[in-house]
Amino acid sequence: MATIIVPDHTSPVEDAENLRKACEGWGTNENTIVSILGHRNAVQRKQIRQAYEEIYQEDLIKRLESELKGEFEKAVYRWILDPADRDAILAHVAARNAKSDNRTIIEIACIRSPEELLAAKRAYHFRYKHSLEEDVASRTTGDFRKLLVALVSTYRYDGDEVDVSLAGSEAKILHNMIEGKSFNHEEVIRILSTRSKAQLNATFNRYKDTHGASITKSLSGNPADEFSEALCIAIQCIRSPQKYFEKVLRNAINKVGTDEDAITRVIVTRAEKDLKDIKDLYHKRNNASLEHAISKDTSGDYKIFLLTLLGDPSLILYYLS
Amino acid sequence: MALPGDLDALTKAFSGFGVDENSIISILGKWHPEQRKSFRKGFPQFFREDKRLFERWDERHIAFLEHEFLRFKNAMVLWTLHPWERDARLAKEALAKGDYDILVEIACTRSSEELLGARRAYHSLFDHSIEEDVAYSVNDSNRNLLVALVSSYRYEGARVNEEIAETEAKTLSEAIKNAEKRPIENEEVVRIITTRSKLHLKAVFNYYKEISGTTTEEDLEEGSSLSYTIQCISSPKTYFSKILASALKGSADEKNKQALTRVIVTQADSYMKEISEEYHKQHGVSLSQKIEETTNGNYKDFLLTLVARGD
Repeated sequence: MATIIVPDHTSPVEDAENLRKACEGWGTNENTIVSILGHRNAVQRKQIRQAYEEIYQEDLIKRLESELKGEFEKAVYRWILDPADRDAILAHVAARNAKSDNRTIIEIACIRSPEELLAAKRAYHFRYKHSLEEDVASRTTGDFRKLLVALVSTYRYDGDEVDVSLAGSEAKILHNMIEGKSFNHEEVIRILSTRSKAQLNATFNRYKDTHGASITKSLSGNPADEFSEALCIAIQCIRSPQKYFEKVLRNAINKVGTDEDAITRVIVTRAEKDLKDIKDLYHKRNNASLEHAISKDTSGDYKIFLLTLLGDPSLILYYLS
Repeated sequence: MALPGDLDALTKAFSGFGVDENSIISILGKWHPEQRKSFRKGFPQFFREDKRLFERWDERHIAFLEHEFLRFKNAMVLWTLHPWERDARLAKEALAKGDYDILVEIACTRSSEELLGARRAYHSLFDHSIEEDVAYSVNDSNRNLLVALVSSYRYEGARVNEEIAETEAKTLSEAIKNAEKRPIENEEVVRIITTRSKLHLKAVFNYYKEISGTTTEEDLEEGSSLSYTIQCISSPKTYFSKILASALKGSADEKNKQALTRVIVTQADSYMKEISEEYHKQHGVSLSQKIEETTNGNYKDFLLTLVARGD
């Protein structure tokens, strides 16, 4: 479930005017920006950008980029974009950089619906004059490349039909690879990157039934190389995105020197999807609310913005003050 | 007795490509039993004397006739299908028969959005993604190339990075000339060919020619998936013109003949004009004329109508 709180009626024109006022003059009124944008869904944000463009002949995004700074600016920038554009930008940043950002690409490839992934790839063409596949492919090598490119290229069947005997045979193939009995990565890549999510989850369930431990547990522990790591992430993303994101947040918060990039990415991309479920999982796992952890680990406007997206009820009082 | 002209006409009516329905109606339809009997007796290539004293129709010729009678129907159905469903069905059939060249043709000659549409239709028709079926069915060295080709969603804009194109041409050249490893098993070759935009690839192939003096087609194994891929990407019209030529030859087998329907129906709204011009250039005779000479009946008329749309 989503966490953002959106009022019943909004006026894009009024919002655009208020945002303009917040940016005019000396300094910026960050509170206004948070209190408006933090309570608008994707459709509304798009309407606001259009209204702003029409009234002021200026791109709201560019204006905000120039007015805001730091982690707050990065968060607002990602939030205000169209989801497809946002994914394209996240993917581009990740494809350009080295190691740790590959999880972003796997997240986008495995957690988005087939249509969302497609929209992201189209947006990528438009922005960068390249396909996502060619950029990912040209910066990676070996089995890691094969896996990543395959995950990004796929257009999975989105139905619920499952072939039970196939699930059994493919669970076996995965098991053999994990147990080190086989080094045939081609088959594992084939299965993970082409089967539908329903089929894959049936396969993972068969795996658990047959071998006692879940496949994610069997894979965890220090992955030997980037291919194994990517495999692990992909399977987690397909099996349970919410559990995966809980872990990402937990690691980002516990890390010495918080990983704001990861926190921003998870909260911004999931606030309109399943952040509530992620929050609940976090609470169960860590005996503390996610809001509390974020409050402790971040500060300033960035913190307020994150808490707003988290639907933190205590903030209502903050706005009234 | 049957008129000799009639015998010739009737023989032609069902020994070619498609069936001349009108001749069959006007000649065969009028014949009395004796005339039909003398027809059967006079044509050992269709009928042979059975030991129980009747002229028996050769099974293979009946099967042949079935194909020929169906050509018009198949062409009409293929034409009427939504292009996405058409490509999805063609791909499914090609995969089942192991006709990888047809898979390559569909993946490489359609635009990014057309290929995407075909993949959507495939979901609806077969409850699977095309990539999972291709990956599962293809077990030889073609697999990686074919899966990547059917999954491709290439950038289609005008931007080309000439430096990268030249570097990749060098990589391609070294990989193809390398005697130790087949180019299709070379990761870099597959990466370049299946992810780069078509415009970029054309630049790569041009640099390839500059660097090595030969074209990729000359250096690649003829009839290999990689060869078809490069042909389809560099010049669809040349590729299609070649297929039509093979289809319209006297020695064409059933697979080649089916290509005639497939190419004309699938290209009638895209490259037909360029294909006709290329065909004329290569063979000195217009495509329409060759079709007129080689095919029969409603099938012929239908094809000619489709080809004429390009004029």
